[in-house]
Amino acid sequence: MKIKKNIALSDTGFVFNPASGDSFSVNPIGLEIMKLLQENKGHEVIKKHLLETYSVDKDTIEKDFYDFAKMLEQFKVTETDEKKES
Amino acid sequence: MKRKKVNVAVTGLNNVDSPGPGIPVVRGLLDSKEYDVRIIGLSYDALEPGIYMHELIAKTYQIPLPSAGQNSLMERLRYINSIEKIDVIIPNFDAELFNFIKLADTLEMELGIRSFLPTLEQFEERQKYNLPEFGKKYDINIPKSKTIHSVAEIKNLYQEFTYPLVVKGKFYDASVAYNADQATSYFHKISSKWGLPIIIQEFAYGTEVNVTAVGDGRGNTIGAVPMRKQFITDKGKAWAGITLEDGDLMDLTRKLMKNSKWKGPCELEMIRTNEGEIYLIEINPRFPAWVYLAVGAGQNHPEALLKLALGEKVKPFTKYETGKMFIRYSYDMICDLKEFETISTLGEL
Repeated sequence: MKIKKNIALSDTGFVFNPASGDSFSVNPIGLEIMKLLQENKGHEVIKKHLLETYSVDKDTIEKDFYDFAKMLEQFKVTETDEKKES
Repeated sequence: MKRKKVNVAVTGLNNVDSPGPGIPVVRGLLDSKEYDVRIIGLSYDALEPGIYMHELIAKTYQIPLPSAGQNSLMERLRYINSIEKIDVIIPNFDAELFNFIKLADTLEMELGIRSFLPTLEQFEERQKYNLPEFGKKYDINIPKSKTIHSVAEIKNLYQEFTYPLVVKGKFYDASVAYNADQATSYFHKISSKWGLPIIIQEFAYGTEVNVTAVGDGRGNTIGAVPMRKQFITDKGKAWAGITLEDGDLMDLTRKLMKNSKWKGPCELEMIRTNEGEIYLIEINPRFPAWVYLAVGAGQNHPEALLKLALGEKVKPFTKYETGKMFIRYSYDMICDLKEFETISTLGEL
């Protein structure tokens, strides 16, 4: 999964989808994750990074990351990159 | 650069909760870098706000309602032109367009007033009741539609449509009916206001997206800007909107302009379904009330139309700013009774 090329992501966490006109805001950790996705980092790499950076257990990371990824999918700001995901 | 002086007459000065496109068109014209535009307002009602916006409109004249016919309109325009020397006229209401299209040649030959309007054929073939044929002719998806003339036809609609469906007036108004009782109620409500026929249209699920565009009448798209409504009034009017980046919408717009050789301004109302298909639900043969968003996004469509009407070569716009928003607001003007009296009794202000 990666962030679509046309998605505008500001440093304040404001996300704008120019194709649909939808916009929403993410918190600083959400912004960090989206930026890593923009850099084409894979899910496992991102989860490892979060685990090392924040005081959180692996199960919580798994659950919260899954929820966040699904939310991004629902907002239609992501596209699947099969090579990266496999 | 010295701007050329030009007198432009504009209708659609009502800027109420269902706003006319006149004031946004005027703002676009006054933003022109090439023309020093003097605006002559043409109004139907003494309470149209544009009449009192003297910073935008130099002088306003009442004109007869479209139902009075072409002769009355022509006579009135002869009088107005004898004072104002109008160069170009931009009508902005669906209901008045038929008369203006019919009079276009006479206005130009007799009075030297130019316009840039759809042809009568284009105007007719995009009518709501002709839209399915229009879709077939130009290879564009249109929701299934049916024209009905009697309320008795509603009870059998279930044989061809599934609820919800959309009940539409021939010029304006549309309501989503979830059952036959609601459809009957909307039939009466809309037909009493806009007359018959009523158009029944399949309800397309998805996001409504609109495009304001100008065609040069030879198949070229001079400008096009897509917008999604962000805030909608109870009349379904956009009170806020945002420009989109949507290649499919632009492709469809260019295809429609090319195939139909559309002449003049138009608003395309479309639905993008969740599956990504685009359905054209309406073509308005005039600027939309949100056209100033296109100006703000970098495409001054009213100015482009003025140049086309004046016979100038107009280079198509190639870009616009995505993510540009408009937010509408209402504003209480304080007006003198004397002005209301003048426009009401003398028909000009």
